This record gives sequence, C-alpha cells and structure tokens, in this order.
Amino acid sequence: MRVEMKVNGVTRSAEVEDRTLLVHFIRDVLGLTGTNVGCDTSSCGACTVLVNGESVKSCTVLAAQVSGEEVTTIEGLAEPDGTLHPLQRAFQDNHALQCGYCTPGMVMASLSLINEHPNLDEKAVREGLEGNLCRCTGYHNIVKAVLAAQGEMGAKL
Amino acid sequence: MFPSKFEYRRVASVDEAVSILSQEEDAKILAGGHSLIPLMKLRLASPELLVDITKIENMSYIREDDGEIAIGALTRHHALETSELLAREVPVLPAVAATVGDPAVRHCGTLGGTASHGDGASDLPAALLALDATFVAKGPKGERRIAAKDFFTGFLETALAPFEVLTEIRVPKGYRSYSFQKFNRRAQDWAIVGVVAVRNGTTNIGYVNMGVTPLRATAVEQQLASGASDDDAAAAAAAGLTPPSDINGSSEYRAHLAGVLVRRALSELG
Amino acid sequence: MSAAEAKGGVVGTRKLRREDPELLVGQAKFGDDLAIPGALYMVLVRSPFAHAKIQSIESEAALGVPGVVGVYTAADLAGEWAGPMPCAWPVTPDMKNPPHYPLAAEFARYAGDGVAAVVATSKMAAVDAAALVSVEYEELTPVLDLEEAASDATVIYQDFGTNTSFVWTLEPDPDGVRQAFDQAAVVVTEHYVHPRLIPAAMEPRTIAAVPSPMGDEYTVYSSTQIPHILRVMLALTAGISETKLRVVAPSVGGAFGSKLDVYAEELLCLALARKLRQPVRFTEERGESTMATVHGRGQVQQIELAADQNGKVLAVRANILADMGAYLQLVTPGVPLLGAFLYHGLYDIPHYSFTCTGVFTNKTPTDAYRGAGRPEATFAIERGMDTLADKLGIDPAEIRRRNFIAADKFPYSSAAGLSFDSGNYGPNLEKALELAGYSSLREKQAQRIAAGDNHLLGVGISCYVEMCGLAPSRVLGALSYGAGGWEAATVRVLPTAKVQVVTGTAPHGQGHETSWSMIVADRLGVPPEDIEVLHSDTAISPLGMDSYGSRSLSVGGSALFLAADKVVEKARKIAAHQLEVAEEDLDFVGGSFKVKGSPEREMPLAGIAFEAFTAHNLPDGLEPNLEASVTWDPPNFTFPFGTHIAVVDVDQETGDVDLLRYIAVDDCGNQINPMIVEGQIHGGIAQGVAQALFEEAVYDTSGTLVTASLADYLVPSAAELPSFELANTVTPSPTNPLGVKGIGEAGAIGSAPAVINAIVDALSHLGVTDCPMPATPERVWKLLQQAKAH
Repeated sequence: MRVEMKVNGVTRSAEVEDRTLLVHFIRDVLGLTGTNVGCDTSSCGACTVLVNGESVKSCTVLAAQVSGEEVTTIEGLAEPDGTLHPLQRAFQDNHALQCGYCTPGMVMASLSLINEHPNLDEKAVREGLEGNLCRCTGYHNIVKAVLAAQGEMGAKL
Repeated sequence: MFPSKFEYRRVASVDEAVSILSQEEDAKILAGGHSLIPLMKLRLASPELLVDITKIENMSYIREDDGEIAIGALTRHHALETSELLAREVPVLPAVAATVGDPAVRHCGTLGGTASHGDGASDLPAALLALDATFVAKGPKGERRIAAKDFFTGFLETALAPFEVLTEIRVPKGYRSYSFQKFNRRAQDWAIVGVVAVRNGTTNIGYVNMGVTPLRATAVEQQLASGASDDDAAAAAAAGLTPPSDINGSSEYRAHLAGVLVRRALSELG
Repeated sequence: MSAAEAKGGVVGTRKLRREDPELLVGQAKFGDDLAIPGALYMVLVRSPFAHAKIQSIESEAALGVPGVVGVYTAADLAGEWAGPMPCAWPVTPDMKNPPHYPLAAEFARYAGDGVAAVVATSKMAAVDAAALVSVEYEELTPVLDLEEAASDATVIYQDFGTNTSFVWTLEPDPDGVRQAFDQAAVVVTEHYVHPRLIPAAMEPRTIAAVPSPMGDEYTVYSSTQIPHILRVMLALTAGISETKLRVVAPSVGGAFGSKLDVYAEELLCLALARKLRQPVRFTEERGESTMATVHGRGQVQQIELAADQNGKVLAVRANILADMGAYLQLVTPGVPLLGAFLYHGLYDIPHYSFTCTGVFTNKTPTDAYRGAGRPEATFAIERGMDTLADKLGIDPAEIRRRNFIAADKFPYSSAAGLSFDSGNYGPNLEKALELAGYSSLREKQAQRIAAGDNHLLGVGISCYVEMCGLAPSRVLGALSYGAGGWEAATVRVLPTAKVQVVTGTAPHGQGHETSWSMIVADRLGVPPEDIEVLHSDTAISPLGMDSYGSRSLSVGGSALFLAADKVVEKARKIAAHQLEVAEEDLDFVGGSFKVKGSPEREMPLAGIAFEAFTAHNLPDGLEPNLEASVTWDPPNFTFPFGTHIAVVDVDQETGDVDLLRYIAVDDCGNQINPMIVEGQIHGGIAQGVAQALFEEAVYDTSGTLVTASLADYLVPSAAELPSFELANTVTPSPTNPLGVKGIGEAGAIGSAPAVINAIVDALSHLGVTDCPMPATPERVWKLLQQAKAH
C-alpha cells in the first residue's frame, strides 16, 4: 500500500507492505536511522518519535496508521545549520548521554513531556520518562538535563 | 520483529467497519493498537485483515449526555488524563488513565480499545466496572447497550460479537470520591494488583489483575453495605477469588495485597 | 576555575563530550544504521528447548519464501570452521570445555541455541522463512538449578561424566586458615545467591560481514567492545588470514561486558559472506538478545568469617559455585576468578581461602557483566561484615573501621597474594557517613520503630575495593588467560600541527575521544580541539587489547601519556638542534620549547612538526616525522575503592522497598574528566541497584527464559531511582603515570550490597537476617511473615 506522511516537515511517500511498522518506514524506507529499535515490546522507548507533536513508540504503530499525519524524528530537531535544539544542548551540557543509543528516543519523549507539562519538577520528569530505558546514565543527568531545558524552551517545539 | 502478513483497511464510519467485520472471516479492529500490535509482532495473533477505525470522525469525545458522561470509544488515555470534565465529574478516570503504560502509550491507547481487549490486568476496564459503566456497541442490527457487569465475560473476551464495534462508554456522574491503588514494581508495568474504589453513597470496588477478567470486590462491597468497618471489609478482599500467579507475584501474595490495598483505598475515600 | 585550568591544562576539568552532537542529532552510525548495498539478511532459528536432541531440520517451506537465498544447518557449514568457538581462559589444565560451534549440530544445549541460519534478500523474508523452518526435537531433561547441576544428578555432556568444568582453588596457607577458624571467638557462615542477570545493553548486537569485490578480504562490522581480540579470534576460528580481516566497531550502544565476546552470529555472518560472496548482516531482536547474548553473575556462595570478640576478622573462607551456562564463551570460566582475590574486601585479614567450582547448566552461557567477579566478591564480604557486626552488636560502620587495611600499610600485600597499590579507606568512609548524615538517619530509624510506623527505614553501608586495569601480562599468564594486558597508543603530530591519536581501546559510551584528547592536549600543549582520536577499526588502529575490566584509562590512557611524552622528547631533539642548545637547556612550556634563561628564543611544537615533516634540517640519525608509539604493560592492577550508602524505606505491609537516597564516595585516584567519572558511577549504581531490587533472569521448570523481553526483565526506569549524592576522595595510584585507577565498574560493585544491607538493616529488629536478590516486594513480605512467625 502507499503511505504518505510529513516527516520533519517534508512530505514523504512510499509503497510498503501493509505490515510495515512506522519505525521501519522511518529507518529503512526513509533512511532516517537516528530512531533506534531497542526492545520490540514498547518497553524501552528507543524508537520514540512525535506524531502530531506527541510522543509515540514507533515500533508499535503501523506506518499505515500514521499515513496522512505529521511525524518528527530526532533528525528534525536541530537547526539546518547544525545548531542543537535547546533540549539537545541540555543533554550535552549535563552529560545526559553515554553510548547514545537511547538518546534519540529519550530526547523525543522529553520534548513531548515538556510540551505537555509547563512546570515539571524532578518527580514529574522521572515519572514522565517511565517508558524510556537507559542503561548507561542511571538517569541522574537525564533528569537534570530535562529540568534545565524546560526553562529555556518555554513552549517552543 | 514484524507481524505476519495482513491487509490493512482504514474505514470512515462505524457502519463501514461493521459491514467489513460481518463479511470477513479473520478481521480485527485496530484502534490504538498497543494491545494488538505487540501480540501480532510476537505472532501470537495473526489476523488477515486489520480494520483501522481510528480515523472515524466524532468518536473521540468526552461530554455530558443525558445525566451521564459519554466517552467516545476512540478517546485516548491521554485525553482522559487531561479532561477537565472528567476531573470534575468522574475524577477516578483521569487518575487511572494517568498510570496506564507510559506517556507514549497513553498517546495511542484508546478507552474503547482497552475495554474491548478485556484484559483483567488492565487498569481502565476495572475502573469502568467499578463505575457501573455502560458500553454502547453497534452491529449489523443496530445499537445495543451492555452493562459493565455483563461486559467482561472471560480471558480476553467481552460480550461484543466479532462484528460489533464498541462506539461509546457511558459512566454515571456522582462518583466524586475515589481512590486508586496501583501496586507494581516499575511505573510502566502492569499492576500486580490494582484497586479502584469509588463512592457515591455506596462504595464500588474494582480489581485489576485479581482474575482473568476485571472484577468487582463483591465480598468487600457486601460487608461495607451491611455496615462492617473498613478493616473488617478489607479482610474479605480476596474472599472467593483465585488471583493469578506469575513472576511478579504469587496468588497468595496477590490475595494479601488486595487486602492491604483495599484498606488503604477505603481510608482514602471521603 | 579548577586547579587544572589555573595551571592552564584541561585534565581535571568537566569538559563536555565531543562524542555527543552526532549522537544527539541522530547522525551517529550504529551497526544496524550502516547502509550496505547488496547485503543479505541472516535470521537464526533457535531451539525453544533448554536441552534437546535435534532429530531433523526441514527447510523446504522456508526456501519457498520469495527472497530466501538459503537455509544452513551445522552440517552445511561444518567445512567453514578451522576450530570451535574460542574460550580464551582455560583456568585449570584439566578444565572441561565442550566443543562449541556456531550452530548446534546434534544437541541444543540451551533455549536460544542456534540450529539453523536463514539468509534472504530482506529482513522480512528472512523472518518469515525462519518461522517456516521446522525442526524436530527430542526433548532431554534440562539441568537448570546450579546446585543440582553440581550434584551431577543429570549430566549434560556425557563424555565428561560430570557437569563440573573446573575446580579452582586459592589457599596460600591452609593451616593458618584452619587455626584461625579453630580459635575464633565468632564464626559467621552465610549463603548468598547471585541470580543471573541479563546485561541488556540498549543496542542489541548487530553484525555485518562484507567481502571485498574480489572476495578474499573481509570487513566485519560488529557492535563489539573488542574489535582487536575479535579479529584474532575470527581469523583462527573461520580460518581466514588475519591480514585479510578488518574489524570495525561502529558506534556501539552500550556493552557492559556482554559485547566482550566472540559470538556465533559473528562467525556465521563471516562464513556465509565467504560462502555466498555477498555481504551478510544480522541484528538480534531483544527477545533473542536476552537468550543468546551472554548473561552475567549466576553464583551460589558460601562465605565464612572467623573473628575475635572485638570483631577483628582473622580469616575468610569462600566457596563458590559459578554457573557457566551451556558453553564456555570467551572468558566465561575466568569471570569468578576476577573476584577470587577480593573476598577479604578492604580489610586486613591475614588468612584466606577461596574455591570456585564452575558448573555447566542448560542455560545461556554466562560471561563478563559489569564488575565481573568483583560485585560477587564484594557482596559476600560486605554482607558478611554486616552479619558479623549484628552478631557482635557492633555498628556496621565501626566494624569496618576496625578491620580496614591501615593507610600506612600500602603497598599492601594481601593474604590472597595481591599487592594493593594505594588506599586510604578510613577518611573515605567518614566522608560518606557525614554526607549521609549517618547518626541522624539512625535517630529517624529508631523513631519510626518506636512509633510503630508501617514504613521502616534502613541504612546500608558497603565499602568496596576492586582490582581493575587489566592487567600485567605476566600475571594474566600466571592465571592462564589467553592474552596479554598491554595497551597500544600512537601520537602523531601532522605537518599542520594537528594531532592524530590512535588508541587500542574501544569505547562504547565512555567518552574516550574526549578524555584521550584531554590527556594528550596537556602533554603536548595543544588545544584538545586540534586532536583527533582514532579507534575501533583494526585498519587504523591495528594494535590493541580493547575496552573491558575498567582498563582503558589506566592502561590505554597511560600508553597515550607515554607516547605523547615520547613525541615531546623527539621534538626536543629537533628544537635543540635548530636552536643550537643542549636538550636539557630547553623547557617545554605551553606547547613551545624555550631556552632556559632566554625564553624569547623558542620553537613551538607546530614549527617542529613541520620541520620533522620536511626533514630538511634534522639532527643526524633522527627519523623524519613527529610520531611515537608506545605499548604499555602495566606493572600492577589498580585498586579503586569507595563507600556506598543506601537509605531505603520498607513498607511492611506490602514488602515494597523504596530507595530514598543513595550516597557514593568513590576514589579512583586522579580524575581526567570528573563529569565523565560521575556519569560512570551513576550508571554503575543504577545497575547494582537493579540487581538488588529488580533484575533476575527467571527460567521456568522446562528451561524457558520467562524474562525474555524488557516487559518482563525489569530494567528500572527513571521513575524507580533517586538522584544520587556523589563525592570523592583522591588517592592516586603509584603504578601508572596518570595516577589513575578505574571507575567503569565501581558503581556496579559497591551498590548491590549497600541496598541489601539497608533492607536487612530496616528489618533486623524483627529478626530478619538476610534478604535474597532481587528483593522483590513479595520476597520481602515473605521474609517478614517468616520473621513474625518465629
């Protein structure tokens, strides 16, 4: 079947098998490999992207379901000149990543969280990231980064 | 991981969905997909046709209707969580919705989907059972209403016929006093045991993961109705039940937890 | 401004990581991200049974799936192997090591053992076809329980006649140990179980073997932490000349020991690429990863302490059963031995006895997992010390003070035969106690008990010392390890004064590019931004012993430090020659050689690099170019230490344990980048806490792994953990030029006993004396039920 969606502001369209998962469409068809697969059971959140501005685990959604919608992946956050999004910068400033495999999903989940909740405290960040697993950082610096970023970001995506 | 092959069809109306479901042998409704797609990836389910109803218009709403709150079957958990109307009239639903899975799951999962899946380990069905909700289903012969007590019929089974689509869930107003006790090891996990208690004069209690279907704590409710103290009523929490055993808790432990959580819930109710 | 910056250097500063931007924008390339034109996809058919005889494999239906290239069994590939899969650590001469090939031929020995490889032009086709391969098995009795396995009630490998692979003993003075136990005022005998853990790096393993156009050279991309060792092993096992093999580790998404191995899939991709003359790639799914990537831990321990009335420990005797799983992987048998010397912890215990029995079971092979042997040892001694303290009515902090190796005893010769490089344990403990507010915690604890509060407070102390920085090659030789412990480094100043650093370490999240550039920047007096760090590609960095065992900084960093100094010494010769002064009359300051007494006469390194490149005017006999290589073999291990304190809340009614606070005061010697050091500690703590509270590989009675997904294997999220309170002490190591120790595993070593000690501490007034791992709510509740019944 043909699916068509706006990915990072650009309309992308392709013929895929009906069973194609959104994450495979993004990675294998569009070649946007920043979004990672970590678990297959929607437990780890490595594949988190935004659909219409909200976090979604792209391993548990069919590409077909999202046809016609707007998708933002990690590749869509930084400025075209490479300037990092404030949230990405906060991750670097706070050493919130080590191996970096969970990072794209963690950043996208954090972005959705900040956009939905204006005044996050530590507990709200921790609970808001309950669905994103990281094996390197113990989350300490991720939580710091998200708290640091929200002040800077306001409601900006 | 991929599901095995299937055909995907998006429908624009409930009637269209009902008509396809009535004609096709091995078709399944796809709503949020967060129960069905994992099963399909594990190839524990392999329907030949998926009928995506999520683009049907006007099936995602929360509104007052005829003295009740009517919730469209496609209303996502996130919408329940953030609904001011629910917060005012049925506050237990936002509280329960806010603990389902994680935020990304709640952006996809729908109330109708989770209700139709009928999982005894799932939080919202137990809440709907406690609230004496009414389920509105549409089939080839028209619409019918099913009371919550008749809705959850067995392990991942509901009163819905294969060709029926759940369109709306109706919950009564007035249950402003509530407590939700969810006990799990990780925030994103299913409850080992969950207790949903609501009070509007009488006290209704729903159980999560105390059996193969969502359950009411009938013995506790009866005790309370006959004037027993909270502690005495809670002592009957597991009476007549055989809770499941799995790696997160034995049946015995679940029975014990139910007692603790029911007592805590009762003490929290206004 | 830090002290280091005040001196003008970057070492010691919290420099942000240069690795981060490409990871943050999704441009880093992990193995599965690589675009490999024409690649075929491999999917394995795995045994669902823990122990079974393979009767037949029927692949006709699979071959009918469009896109399928072939289905291969062990028999089909028998001619591909020059030898079995390697175990590089034969710990005893008579160690039993079953033949282990990439696909099981006659018997499947664990659930997840590969029995056939399906190759297709797309992953979807390969997955669909694999589901159609029909294998007939005759189920055999699986050997699952470790102690039952040791009893040989059922034997897995009939040829051996036993499930015991080896018995390894370290008992320098048996008479001394015996006498100490005979004369002891108090003896503590404890049993502990370390469940198997699933390392669960977030990136599943991924491999691609790419033949050269003419087909006899191969590049293997693997999510490995050991590209150099892997190349040697692939060459030996697949029978390919090492010169025809290049191994590249692209961005690697965490490893924690689990990618310190040579895996069947690596060999299969390589052999199939050779056979089919096309690239072959493989990426495991999480459900495979949990079964077919090595597990960690898996020990049953008995530890005995003999002490006098004052709590001074006189002897320790440890007897360990270690679960090998079904096969010996690369260093499986050696893992418990990395803890063998540390069962006395950081205490001055004169008599020592250790025995380890390695036992086969029908489960996933075990191997290194963060800490590898040291967490097990630390857990045993730290739980043992608390038990001893409880028995004698001594505060847990005080019993540790009484037994610490005194600061003036370093270098300390341990009863187990090691020489501890440096240590100052007392102040480290006191700092942690102060940070925790220890006495006030004790007051709160007592108040809760007095008030009859359902929620109890527990405080757990764990002091650890570990041996890392693997390692002196001679010592490894004495332990029968099949490789050395050196590390190689090259520092190359290019004509434009930009610097290339080549390291044999293989980072997978540790930030080596940042830290290594900092070390060299300070030595050469150039900005770190001018330094490029090259690694993880055997074509670029041909020599190396890779990254594991908290070795990269103390060994690899030291090699780099010395190579940079060698460059400076060569540059000094050129500067002296051209400035016409003696070498000793030059000071090297801020990247420039200045003549003593007349600093206006100077020659910067940049100029020297160009002179070395043109070679127009070099001293007689000096080779052109400004480059130096060092291969450094450390004289000793390093011995980092620290104190971890966990504060827990226990809900008596439900058994739920909530980690309220976590305090860690670590001493890893000098720190290159404290930000990265702290990150390593955070991650280690989370893994140790996870071991104590959440994680366990659970098998059912048929040997099926029940916790095969991340929905069932409970890697904790941010919601389950607190922020950590960190501080440090600094006791430099005298055995390497950087004065550094190691910090990659420390957090995972110190944390599990701190948490379990805290739980037992919370419940001890109720008669609870121990708590199994992981301390699930049900287990804790049952402990309380049992205690109350007594």
